[in-house]
Amino acid sequence: MEILFIMIPLGIGLAALAVWAFFWAVGNGQFDDLDGPAYSVLLDDDPPPTRTKADDDER
Amino acid sequence: MHDAGSCFHCGEPIPRGENRHVLIKGEPKPVCCAGCEAVASLISGAGLDGYYRIRTAPAPRPDDAAAGPDEWDVFDRPQAQQNCVRPFDDSRSEATLLVENISCAACAWLIEHSLRQLDGVDEVQVNPASGRALIRFEPAKAPLSRLMRAMARLGYRPHPTGSGESAAVAERRAALKRLAVAGFGMMQVSTFAVSVWFGAFQGIDPVYRDFMNAVSWLVSTPVLFYAGRPFFTGALRDLRARRIGMDVPVALALVLAYAASIWNALQGSDLVYFDSVTMFVFFLLIGRYVEMTARHKAAHTTEALAQLVPATARRLQDGVETRVAVAELGIGDIVAVAPGEAVPADGVVVWGESRLDESMLTGESKPQRRGVGEPVVAGSVNVSHPFRLRVERLGQDTVLSTIGRLLDRAQAQRPRLAHAADWIASRFVVAVLFIAAGVYAYWWPSDPALAFQAALAVLVVSCPCALGLATPSALVAGTDRLAQSGLLVARADALETLAKVTHVVFDKTGTLTTGAIAIDQVRPLADVSGDEAMRLAAALEQHSAHPIAHAFAEVDSPYHAERVEAHAGQGLEGWIGGRRLRIGTPAFVAAISGSPAATVPADEAGWIALGDEQRTLALFRLIDHIRPEAAAVLETLRQLGIELEIASGDQAEPVAAVAERLGISRYASRLTPADKLAHIRALQRAGAVVAVVGDGVNDAPVLAGADVSIALGSGTALAQTSAAMVLLGDSLRPIAEGVAIARRTARVVRQNLGWALLYNVLALPLAASGWLLPWMAAIGMSVSSLVVVLNAMQLNRRRPVDAAVDTQPLAIKEAC
Repeated sequence: MEILFIMIPLGIGLAALAVWAFFWAVGNGQFDDLDGPAYSVLLDDDPPPTRTKADDDER
Repeated sequence: MHDAGSCFHCGEPIPRGENRHVLIKGEPKPVCCAGCEAVASLISGAGLDGYYRIRTAPAPRPDDAAAGPDEWDVFDRPQAQQNCVRPFDDSRSEATLLVENISCAACAWLIEHSLRQLDGVDEVQVNPASGRALIRFEPAKAPLSRLMRAMARLGYRPHPTGSGESAAVAERRAALKRLAVAGFGMMQVSTFAVSVWFGAFQGIDPVYRDFMNAVSWLVSTPVLFYAGRPFFTGALRDLRARRIGMDVPVALALVLAYAASIWNALQGSDLVYFDSVTMFVFFLLIGRYVEMTARHKAAHTTEALAQLVPATARRLQDGVETRVAVAELGIGDIVAVAPGEAVPADGVVVWGESRLDESMLTGESKPQRRGVGEPVVAGSVNVSHPFRLRVERLGQDTVLSTIGRLLDRAQAQRPRLAHAADWIASRFVVAVLFIAAGVYAYWWPSDPALAFQAALAVLVVSCPCALGLATPSALVAGTDRLAQSGLLVARADALETLAKVTHVVFDKTGTLTTGAIAIDQVRPLADVSGDEAMRLAAALEQHSAHPIAHAFAEVDSPYHAERVEAHAGQGLEGWIGGRRLRIGTPAFVAAISGSPAATVPADEAGWIALGDEQRTLALFRLIDHIRPEAAAVLETLRQLGIELEIASGDQAEPVAAVAERLGISRYASRLTPADKLAHIRALQRAGAVVAVVGDGVNDAPVLAGADVSIALGSGTALAQTSAAMVLLGDSLRPIAEGVAIARRTARVVRQNLGWALLYNVLALPLAASGWLLPWMAAIGMSVSSLVVVLNAMQLNRRRPVDAAVDTQPLAIKEAC
């Protein structure tokens, strides 16, 4: 049962990692708008032709 | 959404004779006007027609005047940009705009994509929930006015605004983080706790027990001090204000359970309650989060108050008209207001005469006539003629701002029922503290070790887990259930109060009626048929934009009226086939024939006349339609034993008519907001618990003064800010259902509290006698919590009782 001394800290470490990832996602605004992105997936398949990568590179 | 008869773009009915079409993906689609035609072509031409595929609500009807050439130029001046534009880097700026008419995510998408196509626009983010747009742009290439004009042209009028939303976003983000820490912590600690419990049954090596205790402590510490911080700050605030609120017992229980667990763990005991601490924090945070979400949803409409006042005004100086930002206006300036525009400041009319729609401010549903020397208030809308006013009060001093302040003050007073709930909860903790102290004092002389253990057992076994969960879990379940039915709870205590409501007071305008004027009855006075009179009237009214004219819009008229003139506050005059006709007030109509004005029945406010140069031809009775579901809803409320009243700002006769038709015996009319508030206070003094259902800005102080207030989502958005509950769809039906659910919720709260008390009453003596074994306390506590939560969850199930209350599908999905 000594394995517990490794497995439990490991489990806590993983949980801490998950919390850190969640914090990062929240701070990054991933949870600010839960409706819009669902639509952007549907819509962005035929994007307006005016802005291209080349335009962005020029800037 | 797109029947043959309605506009593909905005969904409004297409007027007769319009034959406009727009090609969308190669298919011609009918539109109702040149504005919609232009916008739909614009969207399609820019490759954005995907918008039509995913939208869930019709588009706003574009406002031709909004896209006027000079309206937005003023926003390129630094004074006008003070609040809403911040420099981002050397060449770029960042602007925050509040956008009208965003009804769903597709609107946000459309705005983002059409703006990104403009040269000089870097980044656009539109939040469909709050209606705010954040734009990063290069002012040198794309001036702010161009961006705002582009939005207005699509039918989404932008308003400059500060960055007030960031506070709500920050609060939401912090709440999510706390929830995550508490959730992860609870799951971890629970697994450790299970090992320790089983250890108590089957025997556990003290090394492992101590190790489990140590890791439990390690994980629950951030849960308590990071995730649980709102409870401590809340408790401190309560204590500083010298009252014992809900947060005080929560904070006390958390600290004591945590401290006792540490102490016991150090003693090598398995009497640790870290799992209870984390569970308690997590469940309470879920409740707070749901409550916060509802509050934010309701609160972002506060901005609607600012939207009532236009951002720009046309100032006259030495006969020259210039468009300036309202912030630049001074007292004494002369401002021109065109029909369709909103009044920018309080003032006095110095030239012209017009009718003004003040319904947002006074609740008066009919536009008011204002001539030279008469006062006008900021936020009212000019509906008929151009006029000029001299500015007398600006910004914070306007009537509109005063209403806002009145609202704040009324909101600051908490209903007494909220206090009562807090009082009972705080008494329980105080009682437990005394019992624990008594137990300690009792055992101390004989056995000091047992004294501490027993006192702690009392504190822990009576840990208000079940008691603390009893109310929030039931309230959260009830709140969810109500939201599914279309009634949004914006204040934590509203649900509790709704269950105890004895009186429901309706504001007549727009709450019991649909707000659309219709012709109820035609009474021919001369040798014309009713239908003929309707056709003549319709031909005249075609030339008017007055609400009454809408009542005639459905009438098919072969006639064509010429030279139609509007006489403010009186009616219309025009010529049909060489015949001079008038429609309007009986006296106005009778004036051209020289005959005495037609006498009309007592409910005069609802009658208009039609006449020619010989005689008055017919009378029309105009009514505001009663909502189709109103009668059924009121009947259900009566069956629930609730008294119904109408307190309206309208004229006496229409109020009486509506009350009579709905069988409401108690009604009052022509009340000012202050009268309504006084009436509600009087009812409350007599012991009544009053719910007010309203929809206008003028209701806001009244709504805030009620024990529980319900606003119609389709009504003036501002009313939602002061209301404790918001109807999401355009139906009264959820009110009746809401009362039933609130009562069931209250019953569940009582059951839960009863169970929690019973458990505590049984467990306390055992703990006090030093009898209670650790695993018994742990299991007892968990089971009591579980019973409470499961009991609350049954509120979420729909029962046949509900089906009887709502016989129609709910409008929640339409609310978008």
